[in-house]
Amino acid sequence: MADISPAPTEAGNPVIFARGVHKHYGAIHAVDGVDLDIRAGELFGLIGHNGAGKSTMFKMMLGLIPLTAGEIRIDGASVVGGDFRAVRRKVGYLPENIVLYDNLNGLETLQFFARLKGVSSADNPRLLERVGLAHAAKRRVREYSKGMRQRLGFAQALLGRPRILFLDEPTTGLDPEAIRGFYAILRELRDEGVTMVITSHILAEIQERVDRLSIMAAGKVQATGTVQALRERMNLPLRFELQLAPGAFDTVRATLADLPVSAIEARDGGLALRCGREAKMKVLAALSSLGDLVRDLTVREPSLEDVFFGFSD
Amino acid sequence: MEFSQIATIAGKEFWDRIRNRWVLAVALVFTAFALSIAYFGAAQQGTVGFRSIEVTIASLVSLVIYLIPLIALLLGFDAIVGERERGSLDLLLSMPITRGELLLGKYLGLAGALAFSTIAGFGLVGIVLSAQLDLNALFHYFGFMLSSVLLGCAFLSLAVMLSVFASDRTRASGMAIAMWFFFVLVFDLLLLGVLVVTAGQWGGEALPYMLLLNPADVFRILNIFSLEDVRTLYGLSTVFPPSLARPWLLGLVMLAWIAAPLAIASWRFRR
Repeated sequence: MADISPAPTEAGNPVIFARGVHKHYGAIHAVDGVDLDIRAGELFGLIGHNGAGKSTMFKMMLGLIPLTAGEIRIDGASVVGGDFRAVRRKVGYLPENIVLYDNLNGLETLQFFARLKGVSSADNPRLLERVGLAHAAKRRVREYSKGMRQRLGFAQALLGRPRILFLDEPTTGLDPEAIRGFYAILRELRDEGVTMVITSHILAEIQERVDRLSIMAAGKVQATGTVQALRERMNLPLRFELQLAPGAFDTVRATLADLPVSAIEARDGGLALRCGREAKMKVLAALSSLGDLVRDLTVREPSLEDVFFGFSD
Repeated sequence: MEFSQIATIAGKEFWDRIRNRWVLAVALVFTAFALSIAYFGAAQQGTVGFRSIEVTIASLVSLVIYLIPLIALLLGFDAIVGERERGSLDLLLSMPITRGELLLGKYLGLAGALAFSTIAGFGLVGIVLSAQLDLNALFHYFGFMLSSVLLGCAFLSLAVMLSVFASDRTRASGMAIAMWFFFVLVFDLLLLGVLVVTAGQWGGEALPYMLLLNPADVFRILNIFSLEDVRTLYGLSTVFPPSLARPWLLGLVMLAWIAAPLAIASWRFRR
């Protein structure tokens, strides 16, 4: 595993600590030697293909399934054994494809889980309001849409103001506006110092929002760091998109010929190319020397998807 | 073990059955059957109307011995496997609750619903009949209701055990039906078969003890031996040693039938 994130800050002691975690089902190694250090107040992403081991890792962090080998500590305590109740009261969990009880209404659902968590139900109406379900508080879950169920599941995860949140594919079934609202709540929670681990297969959604992430493949963590650090480590080429003045194509192409650029292609009224990060400033200097021949310029970073496939393939 | 966690799960299971009218429906079935048997049980002999509590209880026992195990098995077979298959089990287990507490809470909630409908259904009939019953008869009727509750609880315990072992709901329902066939229909025939095939050489002495291996038989013996008039109607009394025919002893056997499957279920669920 490559941890290329900056050195932990003083405020960032690991709240979630995993060392040498293995989970084997017979010959299948669902999780195969994972180390994780997730710091207090961090929004941490765990990404990977289906079957990469994310959900298994989640279940082990929650103490739902035993480890074949290794150690997991949440806020310094083991998730199994004598401390498990205290640990679980600090933790909120939103499972993938949450299933709630159809015969209960929104408020009753929260009341049931609040009792199990041993917290007051006084805040429940406010929680429903926070996730945008105040209007459906008295409606049975049977009548909820998929997105509403997901929001009720999120409210459930927030019961008792947990210090740590595990969110497994939390935006499944949400429309774009609800996704935006969801991440707004996550930002508020981060400001309150809540540590969050989130999985998502929508990489574009996660890349602008997480502080750091781990890429999992075949049961292993392939890389951990900020999105930017992972991009730099993968050293994927940047993409330049130019808008040119009429008739400038050949001149611009000739100028670029001596530079370490690749994949020059003509586009309507312009040109696109790729170059390594180290050549970025040289290319920019050369392009700006062309003056009015270049009308507009966009530099695109490789997407998290490009990075992801770089690490997981 | 935290009692509040068990109570939360049990409360939900119980109120779910109240709200979806399961309790009402089962209580009505019991009331209807008990009333029909009390008033029309002797119709084959050309009379109608209430005759005696002994005959009524004996007829009710023959009915309940089929009905209650079936109802209990259907009530409990998906207690755990249902949550697992729907996908709600992980969320429950991520709460500050142990698997043992979850299992016990489920069992107690369902047992509460079953006991409530049994007592409400037969109790209503008891109240209707009470004008025609003396204290002794009422005592026997109460004993019948109590043993019916125990019978239900024993089969519910078996059902909850199935729900832990089964990998999916379909299999669990199949196993529940098979279990009903075995205990209610096959078990006694099997015992009789062994007796006949070995011409009474094998099993004769052990027979009464073998009957304790079936909660339905324990229920039957409990009720028959508490009724002087009925005892002679059944051949059992000739083979059943008096040392075993004590209500409290048979009650303990019934409690063992409740505890043992639950203990096995709890052991399995924790693995």
